[in-house]
Amino acid sequence: MTYLAKPKLHHPSLPKNKVGYTRRDYEGAISTLCAGCGHDSISAAIVQACFELDIEPHRVAKLSGIGCSSKTPTYFLGNSHGFNSVHGRMPSVLTGANLANRDLLYLGVSGDGDSASIGIGQFVHCIRRGVNMVYIVENNGVYGLTKGQFSATADRGSKSKRGAVNADSAVDMVALALQLGATYVARSFSGDKAQLVPLIKGAIEHRGAAFLDVISPCVAFNNHEGSTKSYDYIREHNEAVNRIDFISPRAPITTDYEPGSVQEVLQPDGSVLRLRKLAADYDPHNRIAVMNYLQEHQARGEVVTGLLYVDPEAHDLHAHLNTVAAPLNQLDEAALCPGSKVLEQINASLR
Amino acid sequence: MPKQIQRTNDFVVKFANVNGSGSASANELFAKAILRMGVPVSPRNIFPSNIQGLPTWYEARVSEAGYLGRRGSVDMMVAMNPQTWDQDVKEIEPGGYLFYDSSKPLPQSKFRDDINVIGVPLTEICNREYSDPRQRQLFKNIIYVGVLSALLEIDPAEIEKLFSEQYKGKEKLLASNIKALHMGRDYAQANLTCPSGLRVQRSDKVGKQIFIDGNSAAALGCVYGGATVAAWYPITPSSSLAEAFGRYCSKLRVDKETGENRYAIIQAEDELASVGIVIGAAWNGARAFTATSGPGISLMSEFIGLAYFAEIPAVIIDVQRGGPSTGMPTRTQQSDILACAYASHGDTKHVLLFPEDPNECFQMTASALDLADRLQTPVFVMTDLDIGMNQRLCAPLEWDDARQMDRGKVMTREDLDAGKPFGRYTDVDGDGIPYRTYPGTHPTRGAYFTRGTTKDIHAKYSEDGAVYVYNMQRLLKKFESAKSLVPAPVLRAGDSPSKFGVIYFGSTSPAMDEALDMLAELGIPVDALRVRAFPFNETVDDFIAEHEQVFVVEQNRDAQLHKLLVNECAIERSKLLPVLHFDGTPITARFIVGDIEEKLRLFNVTPIKKVAS
Repeated sequence: MTYLAKPKLHHPSLPKNKVGYTRRDYEGAISTLCAGCGHDSISAAIVQACFELDIEPHRVAKLSGIGCSSKTPTYFLGNSHGFNSVHGRMPSVLTGANLANRDLLYLGVSGDGDSASIGIGQFVHCIRRGVNMVYIVENNGVYGLTKGQFSATADRGSKSKRGAVNADSAVDMVALALQLGATYVARSFSGDKAQLVPLIKGAIEHRGAAFLDVISPCVAFNNHEGSTKSYDYIREHNEAVNRIDFISPRAPITTDYEPGSVQEVLQPDGSVLRLRKLAADYDPHNRIAVMNYLQEHQARGEVVTGLLYVDPEAHDLHAHLNTVAAPLNQLDEAALCPGSKVLEQINASLR
Repeated sequence: MPKQIQRTNDFVVKFANVNGSGSASANELFAKAILRMGVPVSPRNIFPSNIQGLPTWYEARVSEAGYLGRRGSVDMMVAMNPQTWDQDVKEIEPGGYLFYDSSKPLPQSKFRDDINVIGVPLTEICNREYSDPRQRQLFKNIIYVGVLSALLEIDPAEIEKLFSEQYKGKEKLLASNIKALHMGRDYAQANLTCPSGLRVQRSDKVGKQIFIDGNSAAALGCVYGGATVAAWYPITPSSSLAEAFGRYCSKLRVDKETGENRYAIIQAEDELASVGIVIGAAWNGARAFTATSGPGISLMSEFIGLAYFAEIPAVIIDVQRGGPSTGMPTRTQQSDILACAYASHGDTKHVLLFPEDPNECFQMTASALDLADRLQTPVFVMTDLDIGMNQRLCAPLEWDDARQMDRGKVMTREDLDAGKPFGRYTDVDGDGIPYRTYPGTHPTRGAYFTRGTTKDIHAKYSEDGAVYVYNMQRLLKKFESAKSLVPAPVLRAGDSPSKFGVIYFGSTSPAMDEALDMLAELGIPVDALRVRAFPFNETVDDFIAEHEQVFVVEQNRDAQLHKLLVNECAIERSKLLPVLHFDGTPITARFIVGDIEEKLRLFNVTPIKKVAS
């Protein structure tokens, strides 16, 4: 499919961020997804988060698998390198890319078909390893590009557009991520930008495996009555446990809060996440309590959203592997090749 | 009294052991001691898919002439495994020797009249000497090495020297091993006819050569070639390659000041993830490789296609073995040639390299890293179990300190600032190889979106047929360019002009060297060409054109290299005659000569002499 490129000209009065870019500099090509697709809202949220965090676009690598969600990296961050890999295999490609250059920011975009079915193994293992990344699943419970088959995150009892009822249990990506040791876990809704943008920002600032399950209704195949991933259903059942008010290393507190209703989370990179509690008894630092809370509330039919879990002392894969600070892709012969003298010693030991 | 085979520096000793009994290190000691006496030895492990209990064999060929291929048949069997006794006794050449543990009496029917039986009560000696069961087991192995040293005239001083190198700083272990060695020697000298008809005589045929397995050598090639990312999934016979890479890196790639690693190794969840990690790392400008075997290649195939179309370097070392599941997979074969040459879907072809021994495993893995970057495509290093998991005598490894990594066509920030035009899939130089940028290179230039097939020369999404055709033709041009970049074939012309040629590759090499000498002795001169890479260099076409008949020797059922030659070269199919060996054992010179002789009879060529057995 071809389309007209967006004009590159910007209005001179467009505000610039601290690194000199306007919001338009974070956009990509025009989306070819259906009008009203939740995924486009997520792309817009990524654009806003990167713009507001003053990230240089070329310092981001965006990777995806196959599916509607995996097409979206074309529609944001046009000045970043992107990689549309094979179905379900974005996590391994991202892991390799991250190993090659630890200095870039890695944004993995996937869907529920890509990550909960064909790619569930790779999802599991890249979370286990603690790859420093933002892993977003744009979750609509349905295969869009192949026209409406149930995906593995479709809830039992949810009805397809053709009227079939799903009899299989749903894969809960958030529960999996928590069990596997993700150090930043959030769930949000593509229709709630005010919640989503700060969650993405928090994930970007996090140094470790950050996982976001974003419910993103499919207007073409899964937005009807009887679906548990429709706009209406999610709006009715969304129960946010907290709100990130802002993330900043420096910004002063400007709002008054009820005592005990605010929790500040110091991230490993020095930034501060300010969480406004909506559920009074919710502690996002206690992994086991979080898992219990989610199970209990989901059993009541609630879609629990917010920053569900964060480990302020997270370590990433590079820490586990004790790799050098310099990106591996920048090491030269002197750093990598032991040379002929050492080889002679090795030869001598083999006689 | 049966006849006694009399051979000096030219015989085969086979050890029949029980897996997990600690015999491997004793057997290696035996081989190394002979090497230290300047006499070439080529040992081969024949092992089951098992950790403990099943039969395992170690076959050591002693050959002053330097023939390192498997010979076939056995001059002396060291029969330490009652489970395989009958089979082992049967394998001995008439006039050969059977060395066994005579602690328990065996009925006469268990022996043969035409072989020489050498019984030593090993278990009895051990039980008398040691109380700890583990010691009894381990020292039994050393005691039989001691007996063999007396029987074969192996200099005990060489074995003691090997002990002192192995147990440096562990004096107690050193002393107890030397004691066990002499226990065996003393028993042999007091009770047996020493030496036997098989003898080792000091020579100077080893020289500077080294004794290393191909997997370790390939791992060193990856270290020297600058690989920083390795991802793998355990699979026999390739696992020891990744493990050796880890071992070498922990010594050679650690920053002395910070203690930090200049490498990253991931034991992945499967082969799909292994190659995905390699592709991600190489896309991002690191040198990366994976080591696997046939089933791994099958699993990687989708990704291999992506790397081919998206033009991402990847080095895949395929240590070949028998087919799926377990069992035969611990035996050697060259049976992934077609699977790798055309791996994946939608019109793909890949560069393959065929190392003949550990030395070339080292060279070719380092070269593969260069080639992958230069050609921006997957490159396969096709070794096999025979080279990979057996220690082999080979030329010492060499490295030119002036050598630099060839990172291929990569546009830098400076290039982009200087205004050089960048189109990711543009054929600027006419060789089909485009320029790439690493992610993060430049704030406003050089970024592109990586996809499989569906893009134009600027990496923009396009489903246009003409755009696709252009790109596919360019990939073919790139493959043509590869022909002159890959290692050229090696020609070994016969002593006199011949209308017969033979093409071979990889681990067939040592058996072929010997077979060519045997054929020459029979009065059948044959010209030989060792193919070292696919795509085939033009000299391969020429070689076939210059000969009336060309034998293609390989270790698989389906004549895979033969098929690849027919497919890819402008040649007459009828000229090529496959010589195929695929029973899981390494090919022998005797097999090659026998098969070629038989085929030559069809052309009325009779050997001048009969082949010596």
